[in-house]
Amino acid sequence: MAIEKHSTPMLDQLETGPWPSFISGIKRLRDEHPEPRINAMTNDLLGQLEHSYETRKGYWKGGTVSVFGYGGGIIPRFSEVGKAFPKSKEFHTLRVQPPAGNHYSTGMLRQLADSWEKWGSGLVTFHGQTGNIMFIGTDTQNTQHFFDEINEYGWDLGGAGPCVRTAMSCVGAARCEMSCTNELKAHRALVNNFVDDVHRPALPYKFKFKVSGCANDCQNAIERSDFAVLGTWRDDMKVDQAEVKNYIADKGRQYYIDNVITRCPTQALSLTDDNALVVNNRDCVRCMHCLNVMPKALHPGDDKGVTILIGGKRTLKIGDLMGTVVVPFKKLETEEDYGSMVELAETIIDFWAENGLEHERCGEMIERIGLANFLDGIGIEPDPNMLSHPRQSSYVRLDGWDEAAEAWFERQAEAGK
Amino acid sequence: MADMREPIESGCPDPWQYMHPMMRKNFGQWKYHDHPRPGVLLHVAYSGDKIWTVKAGTQRILDVFTLRKLCDIGDEFAEGYVHFTLRSNIEYMVTDEAKVQPLIDALEGSGFIVGGTQNSVAMISHTQGWLHCDIPGTDASGVVKSMMDELIDEFRNANMPNRVHITTSCCQINCGGQGDIAINVQHTKPPKINHDLVANVCERPSVVARCPVAAIRPAMVNGKPSLEVDERKCICCGACYPPCPPMQINDAEHSKLAIWVGGNHSNARGKPTFQKLVAAGIPNNPPRWPEATAIVKRILKAYKEGARDWERVNEWIERIGWPRFFEEVELPFTKYHIDTWRGARASFNSSSYIRF
Repeated sequence: MAIEKHSTPMLDQLETGPWPSFISGIKRLRDEHPEPRINAMTNDLLGQLEHSYETRKGYWKGGTVSVFGYGGGIIPRFSEVGKAFPKSKEFHTLRVQPPAGNHYSTGMLRQLADSWEKWGSGLVTFHGQTGNIMFIGTDTQNTQHFFDEINEYGWDLGGAGPCVRTAMSCVGAARCEMSCTNELKAHRALVNNFVDDVHRPALPYKFKFKVSGCANDCQNAIERSDFAVLGTWRDDMKVDQAEVKNYIADKGRQYYIDNVITRCPTQALSLTDDNALVVNNRDCVRCMHCLNVMPKALHPGDDKGVTILIGGKRTLKIGDLMGTVVVPFKKLETEEDYGSMVELAETIIDFWAENGLEHERCGEMIERIGLANFLDGIGIEPDPNMLSHPRQSSYVRLDGWDEAAEAWFERQAEAGK
Repeated sequence: MADMREPIESGCPDPWQYMHPMMRKNFGQWKYHDHPRPGVLLHVAYSGDKIWTVKAGTQRILDVFTLRKLCDIGDEFAEGYVHFTLRSNIEYMVTDEAKVQPLIDALEGSGFIVGGTQNSVAMISHTQGWLHCDIPGTDASGVVKSMMDELIDEFRNANMPNRVHITTSCCQINCGGQGDIAINVQHTKPPKINHDLVANVCERPSVVARCPVAAIRPAMVNGKPSLEVDERKCICCGACYPPCPPMQINDAEHSKLAIWVGGNHSNARGKPTFQKLVAAGIPNNPPRWPEATAIVKRILKAYKEGARDWERVNEWIERIGWPRFFEEVELPFTKYHIDTWRGARASFNSSSYIRF
């Protein structure tokens, strides 16, 4: 049965130009897909989207849709203009957790596509801003069918709502020389410890884990996650002086003075008269810049580990926050190391679940109660690496100063310093 | 209920089974990388093994036909494995250099755009917009398609001073995130409240609590319990709208676009930075949003001409100073650029450093 196609003069304009067009893709589903349900659904979707373009308004409303046993992971969408566009009046998205690091075989992608066209609209995104595969567009009944089918062959829903969310990690050790940790293992150790908190939203608000293998932070962990894990090292960076000389022979001494030596944020580099790179490792902050410019010559050291920052988030409600260093350095090699990192995440989530206000992100709670109270609450001692600089305000009670100073010297002695 | 199936709570799948064999073999053992041409990376392992990566931009909202096309290309040229980047580009890995060009040809021949590596303008990371979001002030995929049509050469050719991340967000919650250039919705009028619906639809105390400036209070309106907004306090952020749809913040005329610059999440050369407002009041003008794109292009042009190698947008502005930035991109400087939020004082100039 031929469907009556909605006229889409505004959307049609998005089919011109060289960049691939999502509108052309949706039209193909409308015009060429063998499944009539998909033809009709995408036709009405285009109709509603054109209506949005004409009126400059959105027409989706949220609601409550889940799968049996879970309370989250679905983004329900009901149309406010469903009478005019009935075939897409329910258009829910399933958030599905990708494999850590976003690796796929084409065989698995095809299997997912087969399942999705059986139950859904045929539209999918790899990946949304939280990091999920987004299967966009199905009705309430088929949400369950699709989930049941893909859940049987290894896929699970991510988080939606006030819960632990889907985690993200960079390509890292799989294909990057900058990697300082096993990102995939850290990612899965963390998020898979909290499957219950992913699937059953019961926290003050969302909580995100992101893992980047180095300070380049390709996963945007510091700015966008409550629990950011960044690979680093604490011994000397490795310098291959022969390769340094090759770089200089290629682009000239001036280029490397201007683009490496003078760009070091802590002035930890210099170049000798015979083009040897001198690194003052005590001053180095592992920013990654010189390694980025000279990847053949410079490499991370051997004593690798991670830095953990807590409390990064977007704008709502008190403004954007970066994560704050809470663990300056942690080895991440043995199973015990991973176990203690997961325990730290449990401690932090428990403390925040207990003390956070409704709809208050972990970083906002830290802002409200103060970093010192937060550290006290999760049992971590203060460290100067947690700050850019010590306090500026003299308005503070210091009755406990002597005990705190004593404790510091004891901890230093224990650490052999 | 009896026929309901218990979910298998498997969580995040193990990627090892889906990873290219050459990446499995040299996991954690990569020595360095090179950039043979835009859109292509070469990684070399300590073992001497080499892997070439070809990166391509897509429409991001993939229909199953396009997804299968991408799989066909992967089967024919890349041993059946793919990797997706943070910005929704697809990457194919090959272990034979002779396969690189045919793979590029196949991708370009199918309409995908090879590029997005190193110092290029990367694919715009974006949100859902009118296609799927419940609170959008504008579209996302349409804005991105329009902009990438104009920025395609910057995506294809790595000839910027450093990488440029562009993001869009279709409301002020800013899911799109921080970018070197960010195009975000900025509402300019307080919400319009349908008082007949509030009591039945909204959990009023949590809506009151949601307001970042305490401008919302409970009130009886037309004999019904509702909410009212102190419009002198209201900052038009739209935070009340998701939990209370009768407080409509989106407005075809008064929801505008704003442009922010200097967000940078890398630690290289300096600590990560948040983006700063540079332009606002830009019309929300579907289907092509030409006014917003024109400003983005002006900023990119000034950055390309004025920045030094490796300087990101924020570092370039830090060096030349904000007065010159506004001059070079021909944007007005107004009282609205002066921050009024907590911590604003840290952004004031308390020195004699003046730019002429």
